[in-house]
Amino acid sequence: MAASGGRGLSPARRRKRTRLYLVLGGLAFLALAVGLVLAGFRDNIVFFFGPSEVAAGKVDPGRTFRLGGLVKDGSLARPGGTDGAVLFTVTDNAAEVRVRFAGLLPDLFREGQGIVALGALDGEGLFVADEVLAKHDENYMPAEAVEAMKRAGTWQHGEGGPGTAEPGYAPEGQ
Amino acid sequence: MHRFANPGRFMRVARRVRPWTLGAALLLLPVGLYQALIASPPDYQQHDTVRILYIHVPAAILAQGAYVLMALGSAAFLIWKHPLGDLSARAVAPIGAVFCLICLVTGAVWGKPTWGTYWVWDARLTSMLILLFLFIGYMALANAFDDPARGDKPAAILAIVGIVNIPVIKFSVYFFNTLHQQSTLFSAGGPAMPPEMLTPLALLGGSFAAFFLWLFAVRLAGEFAKVRLRAIRGGLIRRERPAESRPSASARGTR
Repeated sequence: MAASGGRGLSPARRRKRTRLYLVLGGLAFLALAVGLVLAGFRDNIVFFFGPSEVAAGKVDPGRTFRLGGLVKDGSLARPGGTDGAVLFTVTDNAAEVRVRFAGLLPDLFREGQGIVALGALDGEGLFVADEVLAKHDENYMPAEAVEAMKRAGTWQHGEGGPGTAEPGYAPEGQ
Repeated sequence: MHRFANPGRFMRVARRVRPWTLGAALLLLPVGLYQALIASPPDYQQHDTVRILYIHVPAAILAQGAYVLMALGSAAFLIWKHPLGDLSARAVAPIGAVFCLICLVTGAVWGKPTWGTYWVWDARLTSMLILLFLFIGYMALANAFDDPARGDKPAAILAIVGIVNIPVIKFSVYFFNTLHQQSTLFSAGGPAMPPEMLTPLALLGGSFAAFFLWLFAVRLAGEFAKVRLRAIRGGLIRRERPAESRPSASARGTR
């Protein structure tokens, strides 16, 4: 194929063209292979499962996994046990999972915030977390601008959708 | 374009841009740092922690840009046997590795206060770590042989194969669910960032890019000098030896 296309070329140029096709062809096959592998492993490379996937029974009780979603508004509770555990609900606006966590919450943790928790389901569908990480979206905003928007009533928290304006920065003060 | 394919002319151009790039980097740095650390507003949810972004993001972009440059140079070397391709790939590899390391370290320092952890094995962080390993692997392979020229080809192949990691890094935050958020700068509706935060990012990004170019020009001159030195030494050895080694050497040269 390469020979018929480069009949008028000198041998050196024909070799260069052959090498070009070899590199491009090799890259195309490599990209295809990597693409297929990643697509095949897509379900395994997920960093977390959403509440809907948990509700669909994708994870068995007792298996350790990461649960990701938004902390539901008004769901944060402090039963006041000796370990200082908090209870909250993680939602993806379709399904919900109740979470129990005893430990240090990240600064960004609040109702309406995206979080990723590592833990396992107990027998009753309660997710017992060993670690809670905060996830934030790609939107950055000056704090003053947000304050101004809140005063004007036009502020919407990026991930929580409408009605999740209350940040609640210090959960322990609630 | 072909005018600059001549190594001698290319090196003269590279030498001429050196004072300009260094000057631009040094000029933009204090202005950018002032904008990033003092003049720009704190973020509404991360507060002052957001300022790490102004170093983290340029480092990430330049690390990937360095890799693309390394792969392009390697391809030019493998396909057209152009010596500049190999030299520029060798010159840019350590620069890219350092920017990649800066990106990973600032990311870890940023991750602790915002996410609550220094490191997670999500798709974005892992693919960025693989990029660092590709840079290190390239340098190790390129310099693994006593005769440096023997390392050219395997290292070039590694650099080209590794280019598949670049789109993986880019799309990891869209294709997989990750702890790392999606792209702010290249999001669908334009940068998801107000101008007063984009300004320090652009200034420091420009400073980093100019510094990158300066380092590249300096290192390229070094690689160029190394090859010339080797050629001169090789010439001395050939002159001292009897004629028997000459035909094989010249046969290799014309291939």
